[in-house]
Amino acid sequence: MTGRDALLFLAVAALIAGTGVMQSWNSALFILNYGLISAIMALGVNMQWGYAGLFNVGVMGFTALGGLGAILVAMPPVREAWAAGGLGVLGGLAIGLGVIAGAIWLWRKLPRGRLRGLALVGWLIAGFFVYRAVFDPAVDAIESVNPAATGYLGGMGLPVLLGWPVGALLAAGAAWIIGKTALGLRSDYLAIATLGIAEITIAILKNEDWLSRGVKNVIGVPRPVPYEVDLQQNPDFIALADRMGMEVVTASTIAVKLAYAGLFAVVLVLLIWLTQAALNSPWGRMMRAIRDNEIAAEAMGKDVKARHLQVFILGSAICGLAGAMMVTYDSQLVPSAYQPLRFTFLIWVMVIVGGSGNNFGAVLGGFLIWFLWVQVEPAGTAFMTFVTSGMAEGSALKEHLMDSVAHMRLLTMGVVLLVVLRFFPRGLIPER
Amino acid sequence: MELLNALVVFANFVLIPATAYGAQLALGALGVTLIYGILRFSNFAHGDTMAFGTMVTVLGTWGLQNLGIGLGPLPTALLALPLGIAVTAALLLGTDRVVYRFYRKQRVKPVILVIVSMGVMFILNGLVRFIIGPDDQRFADGERFIITAREFKTMTGLDEGLAIRTTQGLTVVTAVIVVALLFWFLNRTRTGKSMRAFSDNEDLALLSGINPDRVVAITWIIVAALATIAGVLYGLDKSFKPFTYFQLLLPIFAAAIVGGLGSPLGAIAGGFVVAYSEVTITYAWKKVLGYTLPEGLEPGGLVQLLSTDYKFAVSFVILVIVLLFRPTGLFRGKSV
Repeated sequence: MTGRDALLFLAVAALIAGTGVMQSWNSALFILNYGLISAIMALGVNMQWGYAGLFNVGVMGFTALGGLGAILVAMPPVREAWAAGGLGVLGGLAIGLGVIAGAIWLWRKLPRGRLRGLALVGWLIAGFFVYRAVFDPAVDAIESVNPAATGYLGGMGLPVLLGWPVGALLAAGAAWIIGKTALGLRSDYLAIATLGIAEITIAILKNEDWLSRGVKNVIGVPRPVPYEVDLQQNPDFIALADRMGMEVVTASTIAVKLAYAGLFAVVLVLLIWLTQAALNSPWGRMMRAIRDNEIAAEAMGKDVKARHLQVFILGSAICGLAGAMMVTYDSQLVPSAYQPLRFTFLIWVMVIVGGSGNNFGAVLGGFLIWFLWVQVEPAGTAFMTFVTSGMAEGSALKEHLMDSVAHMRLLTMGVVLLVVLRFFPRGLIPER
Repeated sequence: MELLNALVVFANFVLIPATAYGAQLALGALGVTLIYGILRFSNFAHGDTMAFGTMVTVLGTWGLQNLGIGLGPLPTALLALPLGIAVTAALLLGTDRVVYRFYRKQRVKPVILVIVSMGVMFILNGLVRFIIGPDDQRFADGERFIITAREFKTMTGLDEGLAIRTTQGLTVVTAVIVVALLFWFLNRTRTGKSMRAFSDNEDLALLSGINPDRVVAITWIIVAALATIAGVLYGLDKSFKPFTYFQLLLPIFAAAIVGGLGSPLGAIAGGFVVAYSEVTITYAWKKVLGYTLPEGLEPGGLVQLLSTDYKFAVSFVILVIVLLFRPTGLFRGKSV
């Protein structure tokens, strides 16, 4: 990190602190916490794109899988549902896996020819119906257990912090499957493949009610930090708030957010340390060599495909970790909230603007772009109020303009991305 | 009789909707594949270009409707279509001038152009939402049906009805005309031939005196026309919602890649492959099977292979299968 980089970080810190002074410390901490999560996502994408040149536009899918991991670990199990259909669902999934494994085995063992194709199709169709016959009744049984409150299998009831590595593992597993099939493809094809996987992941979360309640959302995920209500009743805390001259309610919300910020900062610092070490190790140099010239790297005996798979899994796992952290922070999993513009392409803007290939750049981009994403809306409202101040009250144009302020952020992000690409093609903190 | 009924149900719920959808996808995929062939990158902003063109057309339609001008049984949107194409063409030429040309002159790697198109995607997405809002807009007017289910039943005396909506008929007819014009242009005219030459071998094309700026400009204009027509047809058939158009990106790319990126014929084939499989797999076959299977064997459930929300999964799976077994697509597209 050079002096210039430090200045850039200071500037972003000043922006967030400015929010605290001008608006409220609660919103400043909100930006900070989401900025920390965004920075971690950007680190993951930076590993894939900046180190290895892999074009992954399925960040949203890995983030959502990470969130699912947090749910599966932290939510209390629903014993009735397990009794009703737990075995059936697990059995069905096992059959599904077995069918796929069998198909691969058939493909490898049978001699080439028409017979092989027919046998494969027949096997898959028969397998599909057996799978549905076992799976569907179990799912119905689970979803009919108290559908208003549960209607799903629940989690394991363990501390939510354990869900973070589990979320990362889930994302890594998905990345392994995708990487095995799609990494050999050209960059554009990989992009479309990951885009598709992300959409499918969200479709699964929205539809498989037995897993995560689908669009009914999982709410009230247990927290790793105290609840505001408990703090407000704690005499020690009330005394502390009094001494700092703050209202107890405000003090409690700020204290909770600060606790989250501390947790997230520990993860981020740890990750920066690890990714920096990786980047400056022989492994990191090899990755960049592969990125810059695959053929030359292959000639030097590097296994390009295996290294790509490795870095793809690592980067996706980091995105999954960030996703689990986000679900923990929100205390809920809302599948319909996952939008590709916000969870995939915005992260890409962060990496490109910050500086691809440079971990500090990605982190800076994460904070800066998240700050803009949040603040463009109030800024836009102020701007539009100014523009429309001369117009008659209740005129259609004025109302339309005021309503459209919410869409300014997309426009701004596009402009920021294009301007940075044009005038700082290597980002604010370029790779060194 | 039973078999005829089954056939009618099949045509009504699978064949006709899928054909219309396939035609819309094919037009979209043609745009993607042309950009890929001539400009050599995957344009992520294509879905939003479609949304933009449709938005302009919708605004034009509303204007015409206010003036009381219509096409009788046909939707007014057809009259507003030239306006939509013109404005979209101007927009695309503008973005090319302001954004893409800089990178083309530098001969950057294609993936950089893809990232640039992501920026354009954000801007267009914001612009469309800014102007018309994120909500559903219906702008279809005129006659709703070419033939309604009831008319069909009285006409044929069958138990099942077959309804063909005007928009479905219109989609197929328009798509055929557009594709015929496009192929005539690419294969018969001097400009079209120069475009194909440029796509096949840029250096040779430049050497033989083809003006690259002209080829690029004409490509953008054709893409604007294709995107707007595809978007308007889709909007007439379903409804216009900016976010849906963004989501169309996946099936459109799947269609273009399945057919072979850079191959116009492949884009059309890919569009129909994706559309037919999406509709077939997410359709509940209970009624069709009920008619065809003998007494006592009728299925109890809906016999729906996958719920409709998984339609993205279908385009994706086809994409992966084709890429694994035939990496350049069905029609041997190019691979840069």
